[in-house]
This record gives sequence, structure tokens and C-alpha cells, in this order.
Amino acid sequence: MDSKGFKNHPYIPNSVFEVQQEMLKEIGLASLEDLHHEVPQELKLLKSLDIPKAFRSEYELRRHIEGLLKKNKTCQEYLNFLGAGCWQHYVPAICDEINSRGEFLTAYGGEPYNDFGRFQSLFEYQSLVAELVDMEVVNVPTMDGAQAAATAVRMAARITGRKKVLVPEAMDHEKYLIMKNYCSPDVSLVPVEYDENTGLMDLEDLQKKISAQTAAVYFENPSYLGFIEMNGREIAEIVHQVSGLCVVGVDPSSLGVLEPPVRYGADIVCGDLQPLGIHMNYGGGQAGFMATMDDKKYVLEFPSRLFGIVPTVVEGEYGFGDVAYDRTSFGHLRERAKEYVGTQTALWGITAGVYLATMGPQGMEELGRNILQKSQYAVKKLNGIRGVVGSRFNSVNFKEFIVDFNSTGKTVHEINKGLLHKNIFGGKDLSAEFPEFGQCALYCVTEIHTKTDIDKLILALEEVLYN
Amino acid sequence: MKRINRSFQARKFHQAKWDEPVIFELSQKGERGILVPQAEDEIVCVVGDGVSVLPDMMKRKAAPKLPEISQPRVLRHYTRLSQETLGADVNIEIGQGTCTVKYSPKVNDALARMPEMAELHPLQDEETVQGILEIMYKTDLFMREISGMDRFSFQPGGGSQAILAIASMMRAYHKEKGEEGQRNEVITTLYSHPSDAAAPAVKGFKIIHIHPDAEGYPDFEQFNKAVSERTAGFIVANPEDTGVYNHRIQEFTGLIHKAGGLCGYDQANANGLLGITRAREAGFDMCFFNLHKTFSTPHGCGGPAVGATGVVKKLEKYLPAPLIDYNGEKYFLNYEITNNPFSIGKIRLFNGVAPVVLKAYAWIMSMGAEGLYETAKVAVLNNNYLFKKLMELDCIDAPYSKGKQRIEQVRYTLEKLTRETGVTSGDIQRRMMDFGMHFWTSHHPYYVPQPMTLEPTETPSKKDIDEYIEALKRIFEEAYTNPGIIKAAPYNSVCHQLDESGLDDPDKWAITWRTYLKKYK
Repeated sequence: MDSKGFKNHPYIPNSVFEVQQEMLKEIGLASLEDLHHEVPQELKLLKSLDIPKAFRSEYELRRHIEGLLKKNKTCQEYLNFLGAGCWQHYVPAICDEINSRGEFLTAYGGEPYNDFGRFQSLFEYQSLVAELVDMEVVNVPTMDGAQAAATAVRMAARITGRKKVLVPEAMDHEKYLIMKNYCSPDVSLVPVEYDENTGLMDLEDLQKKISAQTAAVYFENPSYLGFIEMNGREIAEIVHQVSGLCVVGVDPSSLGVLEPPVRYGADIVCGDLQPLGIHMNYGGGQAGFMATMDDKKYVLEFPSRLFGIVPTVVEGEYGFGDVAYDRTSFGHLRERAKEYVGTQTALWGITAGVYLATMGPQGMEELGRNILQKSQYAVKKLNGIRGVVGSRFNSVNFKEFIVDFNSTGKTVHEINKGLLHKNIFGGKDLSAEFPEFGQCALYCVTEIHTKTDIDKLILALEEVLYN
Repeated sequence: MKRINRSFQARKFHQAKWDEPVIFELSQKGERGILVPQAEDEIVCVVGDGVSVLPDMMKRKAAPKLPEISQPRVLRHYTRLSQETLGADVNIEIGQGTCTVKYSPKVNDALARMPEMAELHPLQDEETVQGILEIMYKTDLFMREISGMDRFSFQPGGGSQAILAIASMMRAYHKEKGEEGQRNEVITTLYSHPSDAAAPAVKGFKIIHIHPDAEGYPDFEQFNKAVSERTAGFIVANPEDTGVYNHRIQEFTGLIHKAGGLCGYDQANANGLLGITRAREAGFDMCFFNLHKTFSTPHGCGGPAVGATGVVKKLEKYLPAPLIDYNGEKYFLNYEITNNPFSIGKIRLFNGVAPVVLKAYAWIMSMGAEGLYETAKVAVLNNNYLFKKLMELDCIDAPYSKGKQRIEQVRYTLEKLTRETGVTSGDIQRRMMDFGMHFWTSHHPYYVPQPMTLEPTETPSKKDIDEYIEALKRIFEEAYTNPGIIKAAPYNSVCHQLDESGLDDPDKWAITWRTYLKKYK
């Protein structure tokens, strides 16, 4: 018997010795050692891997991992005001119910015949997001909002045949780095300054930097720092004047109340699906989408799969399939295809579809309105704390806002440590990312925060700052 | 009651078929799926309706045309759609070659759904996430041991994004050496995954494909000629999609190093090699594992996933930030190692796809070294058993390396069957659905004609494999006796044959329900 292996392993049916002997005999071999004949001896690992012994039962495994996970403090136990691209929203139970269905969880690259439900649910997700952004084409989701933005601007570069993209300086630095890596060396990103009082894109600087080489202007609404970019229409007009494209990143949870960017001139809209029924998962719940109108000039530049509805040979039956498959690197073109495609975040796409179908138009409107009300309430209450400015910018915010602690004499680091002792996660410390703000933090308030939660934050901050 | 005879040749199967409308067709004005938490009256007293502060041009004028559906109807709809999906939990999934669709243990998924995982914000103070950081750090150590690399990043959200990270690091490495302009070529092989070509092309590299020689190995002579001072690197799978293991891999990586390039190992096909052989000994500088494949986490219809990307020490500094580290007292996010102008910066937001890493950790801890070895051995045993049984049939062949073992998969050809009956591998693929099974043909273009790529992994039983073979045999027989039945298949699937003629036609394609309504009603 082969002593190196794990016989009768519950996940490996053919780890039964007798079955192995029967199968080995069938292929003319005497032992498992005779397999891997094609791997040269000098490449074979002679020792056993140095990793811990397997748990002897599922129960022990579970105890071990539960023990490790118990060391974490969750946003259920603690009151959380962190956002910055990953947001705590209520996840309807129905979303988890559907995305834990084994049929979806364990499907992969099947055909529309055996994976009909996967195709239909992703087609529906595309259709539901299309309604939310009021556009006509949405992709099977990509990695995250940053990848969606990176792909959107590369699409714009191909459509216009240009190589420069203008981006807001007031954006998530990590997202910028992702876009920069993805765009280089072909496409360069040029930051556009922001107005220090409002955070809005500085239109003069935009005018200065825009040119006939500009493929696109990318901006976000609401922005990374929470303010609503009021000059969307002006920005779109400026970039359209040089025949460039307007690319807008959105937070989909805002679109029940905020105007979809296509209404003020966006050509490509992108964003992250995580707010739509997906748990934060320590950042593992991100998923990106792009949207355009149904114009082949745009559609043929998507690198992602696009599922379309088709008839079948039987009347009265829908089927689904890949639209313009040869665009993708799965088609005949390989490296000559549009960017690349692979395993990304399909299950989160299905989940976002379930969420939007559950919320409906009224749910999305109420969600947006409640976020506005609760975040405005938080800003007002924060303003009441001595030395604290509830919102550094004097613009309208959605969900997030910069809390200015410069006049308190304490650093955000100190404040957040103090809040942590009171079981509160304070907002993201912006002092390294935006040193020009000094001691400021990005706070996030969503529909999950009650008045009591916000009041508890205020009380805790007063204590941390002045006791 | 008479006992059912189980000595069947092929299962009597019919997939769930619900004739389920598209979700918009379920809409009934006024129905609601969920109630949203409302702002308390005290808040409303202070701030009003919240919306009035928006300037008019920023206010949404027309509500999104989402359907209005009550919760039980939404649930029923999606549950039905799930039943119309043949995931690995319900079928004998040995037909998705290169994809390593194995059993995904339920306990791992249950653990990943605990609030101590799901309800973590990625920017929480490190002291409040010590558990998940420990899991990620230890998974890094396991990956190092399994591959021989010195450090892993879990940021890439899939194999293709890992390839992008590898190509980005190649560029960064040569940039630091002042050779970015000169080294503009990446070499890959025809039977490596298309992303091994497509992702480096995104990073501006010219792609050179090495063709197979008569035995199916990458042609060394062609490779030798292709390697030059322009070579930035070599990205390759081994075994390639054919299941043929390139035993001369050290000569390939050695030649690249001699020319000043880097070697990246696409380990999508690693399942048959766990504990058998490693990336480092084969001469690779970088590699990645698909945690959703080899480490079972599962595939989720195509993600979320992780392409765990490992590098040797000298390349650590180019990895995306942050790395997960341990200082003897606590686990932390290490930004120092990559704090230099040549790091590729970021590949994915935050710190990687943590729940997927957690599931891979759990899987490894349920295996141990013995289990990983058993996995590799049984995956190869299952594959070579299936290979032997199929090669006994007259109508099927597998190009290259006659008489030799394959690793974990084989790309077969049904060319003879097509020639003799007119039935193609695409036809047979559809007919397999009628028996509750599936197989995947191949990436495009089809270098192996009429392809069929099978990878049993370690998780079907011998009986499962025999059942799969019986289904194929029955269909091959039909091809010779009644090809019409195959040509018109499937019959027992959710839908009948698609009319795909509109999918490439901008006037006909309908990528969303609203464009369908526009074009067809």
C-alpha cells in the first residue's frame, strides 16, 4: 500500500485501496507510484510537503476554523462607519439563499443547455442593472469597480483611437493604482485638480488638460469622497467638444434618487455591485460592471461575456447565448481580442440581480432617500461637536462625507483607537491619502444606521475627544 | 414492487424545466419584495426628506423600470433557475477539462458564510481581523510549500488576473533594469490558456506562440529561436491543456533565464501535481494557483475566485500591496516590502478575496500532505483510467504522446467519428445533456479538430466514471446508427437547440430585456 497517501478520504471516493488496485490493473500499472511516469525523476519532490496533518474529522476542522474566526470583530458586533468603496448595507436573506444554492455555487463553464438557469439569471442581472443605470448593455461582471473603471477607459481609448484619459485627483488612490497598472503602458492617466471647497472637478484645470488626444474623462458620482459631482453635464460637454468620451463611475445604491449619468451625457457607466445584496467579506464581495447603449461601436469593445436572449427551434421557448463571442479572448483571437476574459465574479452578478428584483423601484428609491437622510443627520450632529466639521466640503453628499478633526488637536489615528475601545469603527483615516486635508476621516452612513447608532457615535466622539 | 434494475447503460434523465418567464414578465404593479429600513421621525424632523437638497439636475426624474415582485415570487423564480443549472453538486462533473471542477466541501462554504467572515470591512483595524489575517498568512505559507515560491499575494481575483499580475511584474522587473523598451515579447504556447496570451498583451507585450511538436510538447527548436534579448518572459501551463507533461521544462526555463527573461507558471492544471513536483524546481520565478479549481473553493458560475500568485524572493518587491505578514506577535498588512516605485501597485481593491482564501485553507487542512498527495494520485489515476477506456473505442483518439500517461486531463478528438458519421463534437456535447452530463470542447481556435476535453479530478468514483463512459459510448453508437437523433438534440434539457444566428448581428442581438423589447415587440 502506498504509505504517502490518505486512504478512504471522504472527499476522494477512489482513495479506497481495493478500487485503486482494480483501476491500476485496468491501465496496466502495479501501484500509484507508477503514475506520473512522465515527470522526470529530478523534478519529483522526494519529501512529503511540510504542512500540518489533516484534521481527523469535519467537526475538528470546524472547531479549528471557528476558533480562528472568533478572533475577528465583526461589523455586526461593532458599530461601523467605514466605507470607501466597500459598504455595509442590509443584505436581504433571499440574496444569501439564492447564492448558496449548490446548483449556482458549483456551476462553471457549462453550455446554455445544461446551465440554462445560470445564463438566464445573468441575462436578467444585466437587464436589471441596465434599468438602474438607464442604459442598454451591461456585462457579465468583472473583478471589481476599479477593474470596471480601468476597462471602461480602455474601451474609450479603443473607440476614440486616443491614449490619454483624465481622472479626478480626488479619487481612491488604490483604485487609481489599479487603473494605472491596467492602462500602462498603452494609455496614460492624467489627474484633474479639484476645488478645495467643494471637491468638484476643477473645470478650468479640465479645460487646460483636455485636448484632441483625450480619449475620455472619468469621474465618479457620487465621488469617492462622498460629494455629488454637480458639474456632470458640463464635464460631459467639455469632453464631447473634443470628441472624447464621458465615463462615469456610479454607486448603484444611489440610483433610486440620483439621476443616471446617461441623462447628463455619460457614454460609458461603470461601478461596483457590492452594495447590491453582497456582504463585505473583508473586501471579497466586490464585483464590477460596465454599461453602454446598444451601439455596436461600444458593444464590440467589451472584453467581458455578454449574454443575449435568443429563440430556440421550438416556438415559445427562450434560450440564451454569448453575444459576439469572438470579441473575447475565449474566441479565436486570443491576444488580439479585447483585453482578456476569465473567471471573475459571476455569482455576485446573480446576487445583484436578486437584490434589484427584490428591491424594485420603490425599494431603491427608499434606500437612496434613507441614506441621504441618515447621512445628513450624522453630518448635522457631528457639526455640533466642538472642533469637528461634519463635512469638510460644502457640497451635497451621498452616503459618505469627510469629517474634519483638524481643530480637535487629535489625530484621526488617536480618535479611531479611542472609538475602537468603544466598539466603534470610525471612518477611514485620510491623512496619508490626502495629506492636504490634515486630520480628516471618510465616514459612511447607510440605511443600516439607526438614529441611536448615530447618536452613540456622537457621544463616543465627544468622550474620545474631550474626556 | 419490483426492484429497479440499476445495471443501466445511461441514466434516464430530464432536467428541471419550469418554463420560467424572464423576471420582468413577473412584475405586478404595487408588489414589493422587501421593506427598507426607514429614517426615524426624529431624523426626518431634523433633515426633512433628504432629497430636496439635491439640485434638480441630479435628481432622478423617472424611477428605474425594475420589476415589482413580492418576495415569495422572487424566491421561487430564482430557485427554479437554480434547478435549471447543472452545477457540480448535481451532475458527474468530469467533462470540464482544464477547469478542475471537483467536490466543494459544504463545511467550507458554511464557515465562509459566518458573520466573522462575511461581516468584516476590509479597512477594519488590524487587531480586529487577526483571525482572517492568520488564515491568509498560513495559506500563504502552504502555497509557498506546495510551489517552492517565497511569497504569495491573494489579490488577483482569478487565474486570468493572476496572469495580468505576472505580466505586470515582468514589465516592472525589466523597467527597473532599464530594459522595458527592449524586452517587449512574451512567449507562451498554443495549448496554454488563452489568457496566457491575452493578459500580457494588455500590458503591451508582443505575444509569440510556440507550437507543439509531433509528441505534443512545445517545440524546443522553435522556442530556442524565439528566445532573444527581446524576451521579457515565458508564461506557460504544464501540463498544457492536452494533459501532456513537458518533461524538458527545466531546459525551457533555463533558456529564458540565460536570455535575461522571467518565467511564469500557469498552474491551472496543477491538480495532478500537488506534492509531486513544484514550480521552483522546474525553474519558475512566478506562478499562480486557481483556488477555485485546485483548492475546491468552488467556481460560483465563474467567480468569485482567487488566482493566488507566488514569486521568488527577488520579485517580492513588485507584488501588489499589501502583503499579509506576521511579526511573531500579530498578523498585519505589510506595505513595506512593496513600498518602491517599481511595485505594480494594486491589482484588485483591498486585500484579496478573503472568503475564497478561507475555503482553500479549510480544504488544505482537511487534506494535509497525505491528502494532497492522494488528490494528485487519484486525479491522475482517474484520468488515465478514463483515457484507457475511451481509447479502446474506435471512433475517438487523443493526439500526441501515444502510449504515454497523461496528467490530469486529456484533449480528445472525435475527428474520425465526424468523418464517418457527420456528427460533430458540438452535436455530441448537446446530446450529453440528455443524460444529465456535459463536456467541454476546447478553447478556440480548435487546434485539435472536433475536440473534447475531459478532466475527472479526484472526486468522481469509479462507478461515476464508468457511467460517464457508458453515456458517451451510447451516443457514439447512435452516431453510427441514428445520427439524426444527435443532430436534433437535446431533448431532455431546459430548452431545445438555440437559434444562434442573431448573436453576432447588431440588429438582432438582445443583451438586455429592454433591448429585446425594442427589437422584437
